[in-house]
Amino acid sequence: MAAVKETVETVKTIDVDQYKYGFVTDIESELAPKGLNEDIVRYISAKKDEPAWLLEWRLEAFRRWQTMIEPTWSRVHYPAIDFQDLHYYSAPKNTAGPKSLDEVDPELLRTYEKLGIPLREQEILAGVEPKNRVAVDAVFDSVSVVTTFKEELKKAGVIFCPISEAVREHPELVQKYLGTVVPTTDNFYATLNSAVFSDGSFVYIPPGVRCPMELSTYFRINEQKTGQFERTLIIADAGSYVSYLEGCTAPKRDENQLHAAVVELIALDDAEIKYSTVQNWYPGDSEGKGGIYNFVTKRGDCRGARSKISWTQVETGSAITWKYPSCILRGEGSSGEFYSIAISNGMQQVDSGTKMIHLGKNTTSKIIAKGIAAGKSDNTYRGQVSAHRKATGARNFTNCDSLLIGQECGAHTIPYIESKNASAVFEHEATTSKIAEDQLFYCMQRGLDEEEAVALIVNGFVKDVLQQLPMEFAVEAQKLIAISLEGSVG
Amino acid sequence: MAPTVVQMRTPAETALIERFEAEKAGLPGAAAERAAAFERLKAKGLPSKRVEAYHYTDLRALMRQAPEAILPPNTYLMPSDRICIEAIPTIMFGNGKMQLAQDIALPISVRAIGDALESGSVTLNSAFVKLSDPVVDLNTIFCRDGALLEVPGGSKLSVHLAFVDDLDELDTKETFSVSSRVIINVGAGAELLVYESHEGSQRSRYQSNHVVELILGEGAKVEHIRVNTAGNEALVLSTLAASLAAEAELMSLNFSMGGAVARHQSFITYAGENAKLDLRGATMIRGRQHCDNTLVVDHAVPHGTSRELFRTVADDEAHGVFQGKIIVRPHAQKTDGQMASNALLLGDEAAMSNKPELEIFADDVVCAHGATCGALEESQLFYLMARGLPRVEAEALLVEAFLGEVLEAVSDETLRDSLAMLISEWLAARQAA
Repeated sequence: MAAVKETVETVKTIDVDQYKYGFVTDIESELAPKGLNEDIVRYISAKKDEPAWLLEWRLEAFRRWQTMIEPTWSRVHYPAIDFQDLHYYSAPKNTAGPKSLDEVDPELLRTYEKLGIPLREQEILAGVEPKNRVAVDAVFDSVSVVTTFKEELKKAGVIFCPISEAVREHPELVQKYLGTVVPTTDNFYATLNSAVFSDGSFVYIPPGVRCPMELSTYFRINEQKTGQFERTLIIADAGSYVSYLEGCTAPKRDENQLHAAVVELIALDDAEIKYSTVQNWYPGDSEGKGGIYNFVTKRGDCRGARSKISWTQVETGSAITWKYPSCILRGEGSSGEFYSIAISNGMQQVDSGTKMIHLGKNTTSKIIAKGIAAGKSDNTYRGQVSAHRKATGARNFTNCDSLLIGQECGAHTIPYIESKNASAVFEHEATTSKIAEDQLFYCMQRGLDEEEAVALIVNGFVKDVLQQLPMEFAVEAQKLIAISLEGSVG
Repeated sequence: MAPTVVQMRTPAETALIERFEAEKAGLPGAAAERAAAFERLKAKGLPSKRVEAYHYTDLRALMRQAPEAILPPNTYLMPSDRICIEAIPTIMFGNGKMQLAQDIALPISVRAIGDALESGSVTLNSAFVKLSDPVVDLNTIFCRDGALLEVPGGSKLSVHLAFVDDLDELDTKETFSVSSRVIINVGAGAELLVYESHEGSQRSRYQSNHVVELILGEGAKVEHIRVNTAGNEALVLSTLAASLAAEAELMSLNFSMGGAVARHQSFITYAGENAKLDLRGATMIRGRQHCDNTLVVDHAVPHGTSRELFRTVADDEAHGVFQGKIIVRPHAQKTDGQMASNALLLGDEAAMSNKPELEIFADDVVCAHGATCGALEESQLFYLMARGLPRVEAEALLVEAFLGEVLEAVSDETLRDSLAMLISEWLAARQAA
């Protein structure tokens, strides 16, 4: 009940203008010239001091991308993107390899402070209870500014660093795994990312290690007319475990900015990866002006037997969200999970869901997706569950529910359920409804006002997913849900 | 920068284009509509799996030829007596051409559609303006025959539409095509039972494309049962388009077991409030059969109710497809739509593709869909076998029960029993194999 009350209070205290991360950091940046050609790809590669094989890999992706056609099958509408009118690289100046936080531009630190991201290890250590420590990799436009707790993680054998650093220091790992889950030829935006990706996180958990703390990356787009193309690669070696969190914000701008990331997860035998996202990019104003186009390719490969990958996402931001965190269930007995809350308000458009590709024997997957549409938004769940010929004993359960608030929004469900193996058992259920009058009446009769009653019911609606989030994220996500829905009640 | 892809025309597409150029002068009426549909076909070609609505039934790959249309043979075609129904007036369609027996006095007005089209009293795309579906377009382009039925308001009757697509016994054609259009206007308050049977040649790879339009007046009640026992080699395309006026009620069942490739489309539109729809499907396929049930239920007005229940049993290497879309338009408040598709895979190589869709733009609605797919439950089999039934019989009993639920909506007992009999025969053939 306390959380609900807090939710309602949060809603009351904030202005009509809900997005509180919309400030711009005034910091000098180094920008690549606008446009995209082979020289820009070489420029980015040179900036990152990359080996020849990676440059070649990028160029190959770029040449491939030039032959590709932008996909149009999603249920989202936006004016054509001019790919030549973007900066593909932007870095805050003077950040080349800071040895410690003291060398980091104080303006940047203030930015992260404002965003509530703890970058100073000692601050957290000074806390009374150090149990919820989180190692953070902070990515600002195209570069990683700082990564915390690196030393402590190193002791456990965990590698957690910007991917550009990993390319230099652990080339064998990067070369072995990069592009093996999302190949450079995968899709229009993934191929573009492969050509121009700038930074992102790299995680390697050695065999049998349970990562001693939560790992987290915080993405921030700051510069105008830039696209952010980060690349994240997480490898959990046999028998290891890692929980990874991802958060993101951007300033309020009138223009639409492109965010086309690629995330690759690889779980070997008995390994487990838990990947949580709270996506809060700038959603645009109430007229639909500005906001981020979030076109992301996220895929996990359960390569080992009994491996497990779990995606949890809370999607509240972005003008357009178009992403399908997926699991390829290759290993025998591997399992995939997808828990999602997608909230759209204003003029936002969401086309999101998941893919569970059952290839191995006795693989299991579970999908719980909750969509809430308010305002004039459109919210689509699109998901694929498939069992291939050899996926004997595959099992899937899917539940996707949509809630509509207001008369001008739309909620859609498009599942693709394909079974090519008789012993695979797939179950899918979906519902769409509004908040039932009788539920509202019940709550209000017991003394809650309408806003509180709606908050309570909505929180109940998404509870299955919230429970999957790590503790500190769950509280934040709950607040975020209330904020996103503000103004749509009543 | 992005290159545009120009698709090569398949031999079937080229043949279709040539066929129309050759035939168009002889086609009755509706020249403008045919030409418009033809332009769409010419521009887009046959739908491939890249076209969302044909993702699982790639017509471009499946339709290898575009054989010529044929006239009914000289011998009078008769529907087989495998399926029994209480004696009701029958309208025969021999290769799509209406052959109304003179001695049957129907209490309704029946006209050959060719005449109606010539006189301009009916059009071909009234129900499909918004859809522009390629299968319907093909029908619009080539349909020559069919019927226009007017059921007077307040009347109560039954009619059997018997489609037989076959050759003369001596004819050795390997392939041919047939298409027809039947339009049924059901007056306000009328009650109608339409039993539609589809049979055809077992020896040729024919292609059929039959379209039935049902226009229900206010408070009309229609029970529509379509039984597909088409030839084993046939490519069977069929479409039901229905519009429901206020308080109208429609129950439509597609019972499908024939054809090498079968696709049945149902496009239902709500034109008035408080209309009720009960859409059902029972599919049994084996060998390498492919059967697709595609439906679009368009709630355009408030207070509509729809129920969809589809059951598919696939044996051997057969592939079942269910694509169901419930659309709730803005302002179609208080819509209640529930859709379910269940599939049983009996063969190890059998496959099922389910795509139940909801597209909702109104907030005060209750919509749900469910889809399941799997093999027979081992525990249920065990229960029956523990009571002395051999495995095959236990399986048959469970399959009969699984499909039987769909048949419950058939009001005519004789018809219901003979459909149940078809299921038993199908299962018996499975046991024998």
